[in-house]
Amino acid sequence: MKTFRRLLRDRALVIGVTLVTLLVLAAIFAAPLSNFPSHVTGFDPSQRLKPPGETFWLGTDRMGADIYSRLLFGARLTILISVTATAVAVLIGVPIGLLAGYYERWFSDLLMRVSDVFLAVPQIVLAIAIAQTLGPAIQNVILALSATYWPFWARLVYAETRSLRNEVFIEAAVAMGASPLRIMVLHVVPSIASSIIVRTTIGMGATILAAASLGFLGLGAPPPTPEWGRMIAESREFLPQAWWYATAPGIAILLVVMGFNLLGDGLRDVLDPRIRRGS
Amino acid sequence: MADFLDVRDLSVGFVTENGTARVLDHVSFSMRQGEIMGLVGESGCGKTTLARAILGVLPDNAEIGSGTMGFDGADLLARDTSDLRGRLITFIPQDPFGSFSPLFTVGDQIGELMRWKSPERMPGERRYAASRRRADHARVLAALRDVQLPDAERLLRKYPHELSGGQRQRVMIAMALLPEPKLVIADEPTTALDVTIQAQILKLLRRLASERNASVLFTTHDLGTAWEICDRVTVMYAGQEAETAEVGDFFARPRHPYTGMLLASLPTQGAALRGIPGDVPSPFTPPPGCRFHPRCPRATELCRQTHNETAEPAPGHHVRCHHPQVWPAS
Amino acid sequence: MSILEVSGLHRHFPIRNIWGRRTGWLRALDGVSFGIAKGEILGVVGESGCGKSTLGKTIAGIHTPSGGRVDFEGNEIATLTPSAGRALRRNLQYCYQDPGASLDPRWKIGRSLEEPLIVHTDMPKAERMERVQATLRAVGLPERHLDLYPHEISGGQQRRVGLARILMLRPSLVILDEPTSGLDVSVQAVVLNLLLELRQEFDLTYMFISHDLSVVRLFCQRIAVMYLGRVVEIGTTEDVFAAPAHPYTRSLLSAVPIIGGRRIVDTFALEGEPPSPGAIPSGCRFRTRCSFADAKCAAEDPADRVLADGRLVACHYAEKLETSA
Repeated sequence: MKTFRRLLRDRALVIGVTLVTLLVLAAIFAAPLSNFPSHVTGFDPSQRLKPPGETFWLGTDRMGADIYSRLLFGARLTILISVTATAVAVLIGVPIGLLAGYYERWFSDLLMRVSDVFLAVPQIVLAIAIAQTLGPAIQNVILALSATYWPFWARLVYAETRSLRNEVFIEAAVAMGASPLRIMVLHVVPSIASSIIVRTTIGMGATILAAASLGFLGLGAPPPTPEWGRMIAESREFLPQAWWYATAPGIAILLVVMGFNLLGDGLRDVLDPRIRRGS
Repeated sequence: MADFLDVRDLSVGFVTENGTARVLDHVSFSMRQGEIMGLVGESGCGKTTLARAILGVLPDNAEIGSGTMGFDGADLLARDTSDLRGRLITFIPQDPFGSFSPLFTVGDQIGELMRWKSPERMPGERRYAASRRRADHARVLAALRDVQLPDAERLLRKYPHELSGGQRQRVMIAMALLPEPKLVIADEPTTALDVTIQAQILKLLRRLASERNASVLFTTHDLGTAWEICDRVTVMYAGQEAETAEVGDFFARPRHPYTGMLLASLPTQGAALRGIPGDVPSPFTPPPGCRFHPRCPRATELCRQTHNETAEPAPGHHVRCHHPQVWPAS
Repeated sequence: MSILEVSGLHRHFPIRNIWGRRTGWLRALDGVSFGIAKGEILGVVGESGCGKSTLGKTIAGIHTPSGGRVDFEGNEIATLTPSAGRALRRNLQYCYQDPGASLDPRWKIGRSLEEPLIVHTDMPKAERMERVQATLRAVGLPERHLDLYPHEISGGQQRRVGLARILMLRPSLVILDEPTSGLDVSVQAVVLNLLLELRQEFDLTYMFISHDLSVVRLFCQRIAVMYLGRVVEIGTTEDVFAAPAHPYTRSLLSAVPIIGGRRIVDTFALEGEPPSPGAIPSGCRFRTRCSFADAKCAAEDPADRVLADGRLVACHYAEKLETSA
């Protein structure tokens, strides 16, 4: 209860949680919340490029589809892509970081140098290269994103594991005869869990942004999938007259990324007792 | 004979968000010129706070509740003591490594000390004249030789991390004696050192102190070291000074139950291991009356209720106890 | 009957310069040999850099030796890999200076206590819990502590939990590394008494590593004095304290304060500091500070000599010095 109260006091955290929750709710309840669920795939040329009004709350796009409804269904896609990509990146990065950090042998250096290579290339460029090679499809977007982002987790886990290795209780566990696997999974991971969680929440924001960028460049799902980035791309030729066309998905992306970042920041302050802002 | 350092009825509390910790409770304590006084006690007894109060470096949240502190005629509590600090009253810390800046050589750091605190410096002097600089440098070399550090010129060019613990502590002693102080406060100076190095340092400190007629206030939790170097010893418990006596008398005929039990718990040949049952009281909620009474086998109603005053059952032997009596020899 | 036999144990670290080239060896352990009989308490003393902590950790398997033998309960364990050695080392436990720090702060105490049993035995849960409770009782702690986290109990209680954890596997030999360092004198007595009780109850043998000679004198039956990676003297506590044979032992003992006795400020005579373990003097390692050193000492590293009372001393002139003392 005390933790909860403390959480509430952190305004950033509250805003972050609210935004993320709205995203999730939008995705889950897209069908009942939207006005024109059929517009996800269907269209109505007679209604194209209508500004926000009574029927079409956020206006219509070039195919006459309701932007508001497409936005809600797009939320599902956003979550799918970012959650899956981040999950895969974590599942690759964390074990690599653990192994490299726990053992001080030749492969530690090797693994870290490999991750350095990935980190040296700008994430977007790398993602574009992978997605282009594999072709436009949602799975390929997810793959491209995981492949470019796993080094962030690997590096974080490596650094934390390395420093934890010198703690007395880890050495005591080694002395007691526990196997390295046991120590890594039961002792190291719980100790570094909070860092991983924080990094993951912030990582989600970055992934969403990257996914939108890929979509913008046409490397995501093919039309008429209501991907937010693609919606912005489509709007380009109709700007600045059809201002609502780009604004709606743009603001949606902004709010969601900001939400995850605030959530991550707030969690870090709560979970890491050393950085406690004055209450 | 007027006491050189005269602390009377000093009470100090630390104000924290959990309340006020009453770290020193009406402590009275005095030293004579030229003597080495040992201030012993276990962790939390207040000896470091007392040392800091004398030096004038209590933390911001410290509150002086009562008391006076006379030093060589002046009242330390009534004024800003920064002019005395580092000059007439100097300090040897427990951890010499942490007291040096890692970024400057030993020579630079001693040089800075001499710039401001050399006995040759005139009060209000602004310029560091070349002649004084030379004189100071000669003093520094002489001081380093005195503390038995060979090759002083080379040592001055080294960085603190390049010296061993024993060497650093010797430099600290040299630095504490260079300003020609009247009182040197040594806070557990040998705790972090190996026993053979400790022996060398104690021997050195005693010799230098007597040569320069400097008084030394030596805090320690190790009674053995107090035996070795001190002329008189005061033992503290939970913010109160329990007993003060000449070193021989202190160890042979302790009159305060805490002193007696503490000495009995020291590992000695043939004796069974004995602790003191109970725990040190929290400074936030100290027991009324005598602070030792919850653990004292001689405690009476008087002890539980009435503030304990200092008695003098034998000349020079002060005991803060309602029933001072020579502790039975084990 | 010997429970532990150490012969010629070495642990050398390469010293590398900034280019990664080896410029020398840091000889933390340089040929250590001694034995511990079942049920005895052997004290290992020495000052910083002597290697006593490294010795404890190497025997316990935390460090791998560079050479030599360690025979524990009849089995050679020094050269085994961590996994092979694990089974044989079950009965050999190492206790840190602060046993409370060996507990994972995120694990409940009960879980920390169970862990050794899970790792090393196939005891069913019920049996494990029984032993956990019994051991917790033996160290004088209440059962409700099982559900607490380490930070929820006092430092002294954490220490007891750490000790309990060591005892979970009912070891025969426990290496205690500076168990009373930094403790107030009154607390020290409590800890030492607890260690004696546990020794009685669990039939333990102790290797007691400490720099505090007065504690060692009281607590240990035999004592080994180490200097720069080697045992320079080993014998019964009584013999060594009454008449130290090795010049270093003499200096060491003369540095210990004796309340009511002679004052070291008057009598102490050892000058200088010990050389670094990376630059150990040729021949006898103590010769640079020894007032009896001569040419032979510079040329030859003394072998262990046996004295009349059964002591081993690493000095060329041990018998002569003994009689002249």
